[in-house]
Amino acid sequence: MADVSPREALIDPLFNNNPIALQVLGICSALAVTTKMETAFVMSLAVIAVTTLSNTVISMLRHHIPSSIRIIVQLTVIASLVIITDQVLKAFVYDIAQQLSVFVGLIITNCIVMGRAEAFAMQNDPKLSAIDGFANGVGYSIVLMAGAFFRELLGSGSLFGITILTPVSQGGWYVPNGLMLLAPAAFFLIGCFIWAVRAWKPEQIEEELHVGALLELSNEGHLR
Amino acid sequence: MQHSTGYIVGFAAAICLVASLFVAGSAVGLKDRQDANKLLDLQKKVLTVSGLMTAGDDLETEEISALYQSSIRPKTIDLKTGELNADIDPSAFDQRAASLDEALSFVAPENLSKIRRLPNNALVFDVMEKGELKAFILPIEGYGLWGTLYGYLALAPDARTVVGITFYEHGETPGLGGEVDNPRWKALWPGRLAFNERGKPVIGVKKGVAGPVAEDPYNVDGLSGATITSRGVTNLVRFWLGEDGFGPYLASYRAQAGV
Repeated sequence: MADVSPREALIDPLFNNNPIALQVLGICSALAVTTKMETAFVMSLAVIAVTTLSNTVISMLRHHIPSSIRIIVQLTVIASLVIITDQVLKAFVYDIAQQLSVFVGLIITNCIVMGRAEAFAMQNDPKLSAIDGFANGVGYSIVLMAGAFFRELLGSGSLFGITILTPVSQGGWYVPNGLMLLAPAAFFLIGCFIWAVRAWKPEQIEEELHVGALLELSNEGHLR
Repeated sequence: MQHSTGYIVGFAAAICLVASLFVAGSAVGLKDRQDANKLLDLQKKVLTVSGLMTAGDDLETEEISALYQSSIRPKTIDLKTGELNADIDPSAFDQRAASLDEALSFVAPENLSKIRRLPNNALVFDVMEKGELKAFILPIEGYGLWGTLYGYLALAPDARTVVGITFYEHGETPGLGGEVDNPRWKALWPGRLAFNERGKPVIGVKKGVAGPVAEDPYNVDGLSGATITSRGVTNLVRFWLGEDGFGPYLASYRAQAGV
């Protein structure tokens, strides 16, 4: 990990090592906040801010954090950053903060943030870690925005609240697909997204796992 | 690298101290702004349900406050007697917090809206225009499908005709029950009658489409695909207009206003 170039740190998490598509992390919030582009966008900004800052702070502290308490230290840093982000959202975009409700707070438990802190920021310098955190946040955002695009367009006939396909209830022709507004739709869309990325980059397809391989992976710390 | 126990404890303490300073700093530093947002949000909701402002209007903060100050008169009433309670400043009174506080609330009689406690005191907002009462607004709440809906209902001075309804907080399914906050559906309410000739709250959301106001004054179109939310709205509106809700206030209002 030590010889990652800044360019790789920036580009890799977007598609090659996308936190949602490849690592399948952060699914919970991706289901919850993607019914509308607006909420997905603000959530994306919040996650990018948190991953970037937490990676930077933890990387700066990496030589001083005692390894026996490193996880709880990472969690403290991340939790503080998330609370501050939540406070800022409530102060500046109150309406959207209300809609995001509990999901901003749940960034604390978003595996992407801690996964990157533990896997990258603990081994790399602050600049590279900041880039990695930022890029992972953006990788998450790409999936979030793509999911929200289809869910809002097909579910409500609008994008960012602007009507594109006039629904029947407003005198138009489009019959909104109610399923798109429910959580399962996000599963289908993320599934399609993972399929599309893997069709484009076949090297991401995992080998079929047998029990021995699972054990090996978990021993190496690949499974969370 | 091995660290001594002292170092570990010291490090943990230092991290906690720094983190708490940042968190407390942001909470305190942004509090004024957040409170202002909350107040503005409440004012917007009240103005929207009173018909003085439409949901899509993009008014400046100052305009909203000015409009609210000039036309809305909040007051606190005793829920059981319906009389004005002048001891409580309505602008500082938080009805939702009060209904959770055992000292400020009582156990609600059994009801269909799953309301467990009722506040001793409740808010009523008088909407004034040129010194005359134009409408008054009652806070309402009750269970839908997934959780409690919170909103406001505005009545005309005859205490019978609906001026507007709004739900500002709910967890209903987006696109189905969540349509309770759709302006098109809310627009079906004004003009309908909340009470029948005998003074019984009969307004409700029916299954299917209600007729025009003149022919079908007590019914509102159902939300398609959201039977339970629709029924919840019926229950909660009838509850708050009934004897256990704002009934006593409405009775004393009617006696005073002679309607």
